Amino acid sequence: MPQIEVINLSKHFHVSEHSPGLKGSLKGFLKYKRSKVTALDEVSFSIEKGELVGYIGPNGAGKSTTVKILSGILVPDEGECLVEGRVPWKERVRHVGKIGVVFGQRTQLWWDLPVAESFALLKEIYRIPDEIFRQNRKTLVELLDLDPLLSIPVRQLSLGQRMRCDIAAALLHQPSILFLDEPTIGLDAVAKLAVRDIIRKINREKGVTVILTTHDMDDIEALCSRVMVIGQGRILSDGTLTDLRERVNRERRLIIDLVDGDSTINEPGVRLIRKEGHRIYLAYDPEAVPTEKLISRIASSCKIRDLYVENTPIEEIIAQLYRDMEYRR
Amino acid sequence: MKPYLAYLQARFGLMLQYRAAALAGMSTQFFWGFVKLMIFEAFFNSTAAPMPMEFHQVVAYVWLGQAFLGLLPWNLDRDIQEMIKTGSVAYELLRPLDLYGVWYTRTLAWRTGATLLRSIPLLLVSGILLPLIGAEKWSLSLPPNFIYGGLFALSMIMVILLSSAITTLAHGSLMWTISGEGVSPILGAMVTIFSGMVIPLPLFPDWIQPLFSLLPFRALVDVPFRIYSGSIPLAEVSRELLLQAAWIVVLVAAGRRVIGRGIKKLVIQGG
Repeated sequence: MPQIEVINLSKHFHVSEHSPGLKGSLKGFLKYKRSKVTALDEVSFSIEKGELVGYIGPNGAGKSTTVKILSGILVPDEGECLVEGRVPWKERVRHVGKIGVVFGQRTQLWWDLPVAESFALLKEIYRIPDEIFRQNRKTLVELLDLDPLLSIPVRQLSLGQRMRCDIAAALLHQPSILFLDEPTIGLDAVAKLAVRDIIRKINREKGVTVILTTHDMDDIEALCSRVMVIGQGRILSDGTLTDLRERVNRERRLIIDLVDGDSTINEPGVRLIRKEGHRIYLAYDPEAVPTEKLISRIASSCKIRDLYVENTPIEEIIAQLYRDMEYRR
Repeated sequence: MKPYLAYLQARFGLMLQYRAAALAGMSTQFFWGFVKLMIFEAFFNSTAAPMPMEFHQVVAYVWLGQAFLGLLPWNLDRDIQEMIKTGSVAYELLRPLDLYGVWYTRTLAWRTGATLLRSIPLLLVSGILLPLIGAEKWSLSLPPNFIYGGLFALSMIMVILLSSAITTLAHGSLMWTISGEGVSPILGAMVTIFSGMVIPLPLFPDWIQPLFSLLPFRALVDVPFRIYSGSIPLAEVSRELLLQAAWIVVLVAAGRRVIGRGIKKLVIQGG
């Protein structure tokens, strides 16, 4: 049985509407107009233990609604959801004691307390036995390199340092599932790499199932073997990154630095994306136009200084997926 | 219990860090104490009619009131207000704890932590310094005997529990009203007047006394302070203490219910 099983989960919210202006506000007193917004529309998926799943979608697509339901703090309108055999919202207190949740936008540490004291408080809150707490704390401090931070009050930490502490805080009670909601938001490049490294280690070394929501496609590319894309409350795609590429856009990019900026390339099945001085960007489908043939043809027709081939950036694939979704609507 | 105790300890320690606020509060409360005493002295001097309280009892009532003002449930916790306004209250539910327990503990730590620092100097000055400089008439006298002293201490513990129960109930009500703009001033006015903080309750006319005994607020000020000065006969003290305890039970139950329903609303409507 999968660790997380979600079947036909739906959630609607009621949003009150106001007409603009004074007249609108007065009318609002008399008539309460409410409209229904569908946040989740029969969403189903299942996740096995030890997976590292990326969960992506545009703002308002239903990502955080899903995470809230899975973590037991929101009740769905319809559908089923089982996490390790528990229905999260029916036994919230027991459930939240067994999962870890990190929100990039907020901290679960105490603002005025030194990190070590926050950890000590979490030990009591999660009723972690002394021995297990000591061990977990030691491993996490080593893994996340927290030693120099332990005596600093949380408010004085940089965002990257705070995120490391927050991840440790979410793991002190040895949860088997970790929800990460935009853990790299606002971090600089170095801190992002550090956080990614940590997530990978936690998943591989401790076997923790990780569900990661993010807008940063590099996070997904660096970490996730599986990506679920949600849009307007529906799962649009679920599979590996390669699958996603295949489905949405199989094009590859060929970027060429020419010796002579005036040369043009005209090959069948090849599309010119743009030209910047001596550099041209081409797109082609490697199934139709084999890469080595394309390169040798171009090399024989004009002088090349340098060239490289890359996949369509994942951002563009996702953007295209979102656009297709808008279009279909 | 242990998670809540740890939480209480951490919050309490935190409250003790706000020394500047304590100092500011303390000086304001000294000032008000003197103003009130001057007014009451003028009242007592202007009449020959028998008063329902003796002046030294009023003095004790005023000084204790100033010292323990911070224990009264007259305002709301800004953090909780903010949490409810922004909807981040949902994240409170991510901890494997009972929300009522957490908020009650938090309030308890807030009330006691904020009061402790300012009450001790106030009691020392009004009880020791004022007699030393010859202002016996305005100084806080000791309870009549140890029994009254002990019963007063017991009654003050009830005050803390009761005040936290009222505040937590008010916090729970915010889950419906969202902004605390309505509840907070009404609560503040009711508490300060009906508890006896503004004017000692025995000095109010007889016809309003039944109203006071119907409300829980007199158990916050009038009851413990009159136990202190010995103006409640020992035989009636136990009845008053039981009444305090009963109000605690009722208001904790009400608060639990309100917050329980608030959580239901929150998890269904999503805050």
